[in-house]
Amino acid sequence: MTQTATATAKKTVHLIIERQDGPNSKPYTQEFLVDYVPGMNVIACLMAIQRNPVDKDGNPVAPVVWEMNCLEEVCGACMMVINGKPRQACSAIVDQLEQPIRLKPARTFPVVRDLIVDRSRMFDALKRVKAWIPIDGTYDLGPGPRMPEVDRQWAYELSRCFTCGACVEACPNVNERTSFIGPFAISQARLFNEHPTGKMHRQERLEALMGEGGIHECGNAQNCVQVCPKGIPLTTSIAAMNRQVNAYAIGSWLKK
Amino acid sequence: MAQMKPHTEYLLRRLHTLSGVIPVGLFLLEHLFTNATATKGAASFNNAVDAIQSIPLLPYIEFFFIFLPLVYHGVVGLYVAFTSGYNAGKYSWWRNVMFVLQRITGIITFVFIIYHTWTTRFSGKAPTFDMVHQLVSNPAYLWFMIIGVVAATFHFANGMWSFCVHWGITVGARAQRVTAYVSMLLFVVLAGIGIDAILAFTHSA
Ligand code: HEM
Ligand code: SF4
Repeated sequence: MTQTATATAKKTVHLIIERQDGPNSKPYTQEFLVDYVPGMNVIACLMAIQRNPVDKDGNPVAPVVWEMNCLEEVCGACMMVINGKPRQACSAIVDQLEQPIRLKPARTFPVVRDLIVDRSRMFDALKRVKAWIPIDGTYDLGPGPRMPEVDRQWAYELSRCFTCGACVEACPNVNERTSFIGPFAISQARLFNEHPTGKMHRQERLEALMGEGGIHECGNAQNCVQVCPKGIPLTTSIAAMNRQVNAYAIGSWLKK
Repeated sequence: MAQMKPHTEYLLRRLHTLSGVIPVGLFLLEHLFTNATATKGAASFNNAVDAIQSIPLLPYIEFFFIFLPLVYHGVVGLYVAFTSGYNAGKYSWWRNVMFVLQRITGIITFVFIIYHTWTTRFSGKAPTFDMVHQLVSNPAYLWFMIIGVVAATFHFANGMWSFCVHWGITVGARAQRVTAYVSMLLFVVLAGIGIDAILAFTHSA
């Protein structure tokens, strides 16, 4: 085989990336070709573009930026829209994707640059529902109550949420006309309400879910459960919290 | 609704899902079954109407148990349909499609109910078999009725599924799947009963 024949026979990966230079600049798309490496993921493609930032036609461009940390689907940072679905770039294996691979930022969130989005609203939502267990005090409170094993098993599933935002991106009711906090926050409220020590602040979480952008904004489109990379039963969490919130609302009204 | 008191929005939305079933959904069932008497002939339907007319305090019952809740559910429903996002084109999973259909059928039902009550209850004519027969003799009105009944029964049946989730009745994935099948069966049965009754009115008394 001649030199050129080997070059054309060499497998490449074709990517179409929606880019944006800054929070307020206009999006544009660029196409890239990177050398195929067996088993590579979308992150590896982005790294290849970073090493040699030229577009499909060989013109030099600014390298594409994205967020990543763990590279093993436990941090949630590399969530982006890949071939139309919000997912983690690290676990998006090129061999399993249709080409050209289309990458877009998750536009439910404000875009910082290229594929980087600002997910602050998720952390604000977690603060709103008090997704933690307050144990700080002026003296040692001793060990907390034990958790029944049957509950620990499903609660563990919920604890795997890494705040990636895929469920928020896919939800039709998270939009500029509503203030919905998003499916994950409801699931986290359920997780901490189930914990024997977390239960002590149950009311505050239920009050938050009755507040602005709370659980009533959910319209049961159930996209969240389809896209969650951790397979978290979000729709079960939402229904379970509907039960808790409604029972609490009716109960507290009758007590007043 | 952003500037409301902390729990007002929650309350309004919960009243909306509740009103869809009690009393609006219950009225829909009652209405479909009254109309179904038309399949047994004009006299049977007219008797059923007379029985309703003999209920004491009927205007109050109509106003407080049908008119007000229906207007409430319809107006808040329009607001909900407007604030919802629609991404079933991108994410065409079944439940997301149903979510869109729930809103579309709600809007169709809204328009339908206005024209339907305008030409019947608020037309000033006596509610008899003959009156309905005159209306459905017009093919356009007949099709309008059929579309309205299909939209309303779909909206109610699928709404029952959604109601069960909103009130934490069906929590697990399997329970939600089974009730989805049941709700679609309910839709087919109710739509069938409704269309059957409409067609019965096309025969002259
Ligand atoms: C008058 C026009 C109507 C409009 C605009 C409308 C709109 C809506 C909308 C947008 C929803 C979704 C609510 C949500 O998911 O939070 C809904 C739910 C529902 N609607 Fe309607 N609707 C109308 C009439 C009716 C009628 C006539 C019935 C009864 C037969 C009905 C029964 C229901 C039920 C059962 C639900 C489910 C409530 C839930 O999700 O918990 N609606 N409606
Ligand atoms: S619930 Fe799933 S999809 Fe949503 S933020 Fe957590 S891990 Fe991501």
